[in-house]
Amino acid sequence: MGLVTPNPGTIFWMVIIFGIVLFILRKFAWKPILNALKDREESIANALNSAELARKEVEGLKADNEKIIAEARREKDVILKEAKEIKEKIIAEARDKANSEAQKSIEMARQQIQSEKTAAINEIKKQVAELSVMIAEKVIKKELSNKGEQEKMVEGLIDDIKMN
Amino acid sequence: MLKTAKVILVLLALSVINYMPLSAQHANEGSSHGEESHGETSHGDESFNAGEFVIEHVSDAHDWHIASFGNTHISIPLPVIVYSKKPELHDGKSFHVFMSSKFQHGHADYKGFRLSHSEENKGKIVEVDTHGNEVAKPVDISITKTVAGVIVSVIILLWLVFSVAGSAKKNKGKAPSGLQNLVEPVILFIRDEVAKPAIGDKKYEKFMPFLLTLFFFILINNFMGLIPIPPFGANVTGNIAVTMVLALFTFFITTINGNKHYWKEIYNPDVPIWLKFPLFPLMQVVEFSGMITKPIVLMVRLFANMLAGHMIVTVFVSLIFIFASLFGAGVGLAASPISIAFSVFILMLDVLVSFIQAYVFTLLSALYFGMATADHH
Repeated sequence: MGLVTPNPGTIFWMVIIFGIVLFILRKFAWKPILNALKDREESIANALNSAELARKEVEGLKADNEKIIAEARREKDVILKEAKEIKEKIIAEARDKANSEAQKSIEMARQQIQSEKTAAINEIKKQVAELSVMIAEKVIKKELSNKGEQEKMVEGLIDDIKMN
Repeated sequence: MLKTAKVILVLLALSVINYMPLSAQHANEGSSHGEESHGETSHGDESFNAGEFVIEHVSDAHDWHIASFGNTHISIPLPVIVYSKKPELHDGKSFHVFMSSKFQHGHADYKGFRLSHSEENKGKIVEVDTHGNEVAKPVDISITKTVAGVIVSVIILLWLVFSVAGSAKKNKGKAPSGLQNLVEPVILFIRDEVAKPAIGDKKYEKFMPFLLTLFFFILINNFMGLIPIPPFGANVTGNIAVTMVLALFTFFITTINGNKHYWKEIYNPDVPIWLKFPLFPLMQVVEFSGMITKPIVLMVRLFANMLAGHMIVTVFVSLIFIFASLFGAGVGLAASPISIAFSVFILMLDVLVSFIQAYVFTLLSALYFGMATADHH
């Protein structure tokens, strides 16, 4: 029965020893250890967080860079396209201008030709009229040299008038 | 690895040396005291009383036995502190402090005190009158083998924890070093796997120092009990007084920290009224006995496990001497490798049990604290 009967002396010492140990360790050992553990956990968590933040920042920078490059590329494309357009426009304009100039000169030439032609025709007409008058004069002079012929002509003229 | 293996071998050799002479001592005692004290239990000249051998190894004593050669006993004397209500038997003084070596291993009386041989008080200090009759038992607060073992373990515990605390302060905000690496994971285990789930994230901090002290105290005492060389090897956690005090600490902390909800569950549990207020307050009795049973279960579990471990190891070692006394020394020698192999196996098992029991005691304490401080179900 000795084994299962608690010995009062052992209980007495055990209470004292365990109580003192508990008190000392609680005050001077467990608190600092637990605090150090907590601090370290927090600092590790913080370090991990900041590393994560830094990683995200770097990623952001990278994305920014890529965005900038893409934008630059796009701008380049736009500029090239614009230049091309301008070039084409200039060429087209030049062509148009040349065309219109040519057209204009042709028109002018044509008009000149026309007016020259008209003038020439008028001249011809005038000369033809003069010639005709001259011819008519000569013909009339020759025709009206005899009397009969004069009468015949007057009769013809009267007929014409009558008919009107 | 090699170094560890060497250490283990040396320990094993020493443990056998430690156990062996004891049996010789018993054999001798068996023959010399056969007629006087245990005539019936003695089996003759070469007898070996295994039961007594085992019990003596796991029970408390007033001196710390190291080895015996023939009739020469080598042991560490421990202080005897006694208070007698009959000072007239002890030179007129009530309070006595002396070393247990004064008893000469139980062969001599000293100032009216005697290490009893009687069936009832075997190994205890009794008061004797002038005729040599045992007349009374003094109040005995001696530093027994168990208490000395506790003191040794506590010194190791303090050294361990304070060195960790020192390096924790030194390495503040830095990586842990040395012993810190060994102890901190255990502390974290107690905190994250025991205290937090059992008590809750908000209230666990208050109980951490006790739970940690409890765990390391039990663990170190369990381990020290496995090392068979003095100043280790005292059966501390297999002593019911020790486990009783540990369980009482848990009980008082639970009771002091019990909140309104905890006490309501005991005095006014949520059951039909006829279970609470009939002629006899049935549920209250059940709940109250539950409150008392918990620490008793803690006490018995640790005590029984560690005691059984120690006993089995001792039994396997004593098998050698049982065989030797039954069939002769040759058979005993032949049986010794098997016995030692079994002892080593049980010791390994005990290492595991040491961890498990320390863990279980701590976990259950934490659960009780959790119950005492729980708000609602």
